[in-house]
Amino acid sequence: MKLPNSEEIVEDLAFFDDWEQRYQYIIDLGKSIPPMDENLKTDDRLVRGCQSSVWLVSHDQNGTLQFQVDSDAVIVNGLLALVMAAYNDRTPAQILDFDIDDYFKQLDLERHITPTRGNGLRAIVARIRAIAKAKK
Amino acid sequence: MTSPSGILNSEQIRAQFPILHQQIEGKPLVYLDNAATTQKPEAVIQAITDFYTQCNANVHRGAHHLSDEATRRFEKARDTVADFIHAGSRKEVIWTSGTTEGINIVASGMAQRLQSGDEVLVTEMEHHANLVTWQQACVRSGAILKIAPIHDNGALNTEAFASLLSQNTKFVALPHISNALGTINPVKELTALAREKGALVLIDGAQGVAHGNVNVTDIGCDFYAFSGHKLFGPTGIGVLWGKEKVLQDWPVWQTGGEMIAKVTYECSTWGELPNRLEAGTPNIAGAIGLGAAIDWFMSLDLSAVQAHEQALMASALEQAEAFEGLKIIGNAPNKIGVLSFNLQGSHPADVGFILDRQGIAIRTGDHCAQPLMRRLDVPGTARASFSVYNTLEEVDALFVALKKAQSMLA
Repeated sequence: MKLPNSEEIVEDLAFFDDWEQRYQYIIDLGKSIPPMDENLKTDDRLVRGCQSSVWLVSHDQNGTLQFQVDSDAVIVNGLLALVMAAYNDRTPAQILDFDIDDYFKQLDLERHITPTRGNGLRAIVARIRAIAKAKK
Repeated sequence: MTSPSGILNSEQIRAQFPILHQQIEGKPLVYLDNAATTQKPEAVIQAITDFYTQCNANVHRGAHHLSDEATRRFEKARDTVADFIHAGSRKEVIWTSGTTEGINIVASGMAQRLQSGDEVLVTEMEHHANLVTWQQACVRSGAILKIAPIHDNGALNTEAFASLLSQNTKFVALPHISNALGTINPVKELTALAREKGALVLIDGAQGVAHGNVNVTDIGCDFYAFSGHKLFGPTGIGVLWGKEKVLQDWPVWQTGGEMIAKVTYECSTWGELPNRLEAGTPNIAGAIGLGAAIDWFMSLDLSAVQAHEQALMASALEQAEAFEGLKIIGNAPNKIGVLSFNLQGSHPADVGFILDRQGIAIRTGDHCAQPLMRRLDVPGTARASFSVYNTLEEVDALFVALKKAQSMLA
């Protein structure tokens, strides 16, 4: 399936009124992320959370950054899909301008992006921003 | 707190834990993360409050009433610990910040004594606190770290353990109870085997203390380390117990105030036990809180506590075995307090998350035991761990919530 963009996600998630539907949506998103080639899952691409691991691959394509992500946990994968909707196929300047905290707040998912959460999501965001900064 | 039949009155016990009476995500909190830390009864919270509101002062040095009273309560807590673990004397009870610091005191001292070719034996089920410490002591000293294997069910392979002991074995460190699997080790027998070879023995008691009576004299070990916060006490306080004749000339850990006898610009001499291993102002409120926690725990009928925890474990195991698609990780015949498991096809972090949304607190991850997770070939586990205030209804709630997690993640 084609992954929704960030506006569609905000709209979709606003539609659900209970946690079960919301998280079912995130789980389904997580499952729809194409799995990363195992050969790409090297240690230098690994962002280790204490509970789950995330791999990040990036490349520059005509001035926009393309990311591929994968996690061993499906909910984290779903949350990564939300992050990808915001960052993928954007210019470094667009990435650096994007307010990810506000976005997660709009999604009512800010608890997942807090530094205390051991899922590696915050670390992925930091790494994506560092890549964008280096390209700018 | 027990009825005449020795059955624990859970309601009376739960009433003493203010934190348990709250809702998470609109559902009653079911706290099943007791192997990480236990909750605190009113008696402990009150003892800490009383210290700060009645007699806060530094210990051992004030020439005034408050300091005398603070010192009295602080040292009384040491006596409480000594009685609780059946120490030979109060001098053998060293306050630490927790199990990890206790093990570090022993491992850093041992690193000064180990020589190239000496061996240190640990097990495959160690928490990192009892593994990385010894690994680093071996790196510093040139000693060799040996690992006693476990069976697939999570029980220690005692034959292999025995065969790894030799005249070269200078130190053996092992857990009383595995934090990741709940396996109870036969520490008395294993200690005897190690002592036969002349090795010193440390028991990591982080999980051992909260499930009943610990008797260090009976175990026969040289050191026993534990944390207050897993025993209904505050965080930041723990105990290293050691035999007096071993501790009295143990290399000092930190240096500074409190631990010295005489100081000149050129050199210093060390004080007596227990002070020589307790540099600086101790965690006074923590020690007093831990004393109150032990008093509280000892006021229970400990055989009823064990019976209650075994009943919780039995129910959890029965429901886990009947649960299609659930794999129990670690099912040693002798285990307590911990049910580690995975749902087939699901990452433990996902399972833990869906349980959290239903008010159920468990731990997921590698449980600070990465080599053990590799040995068991799992990325981690979901771990439900039980304590005296948990109920059979809560065990049932865990499995209802797990059904939902399974269907959502399928």
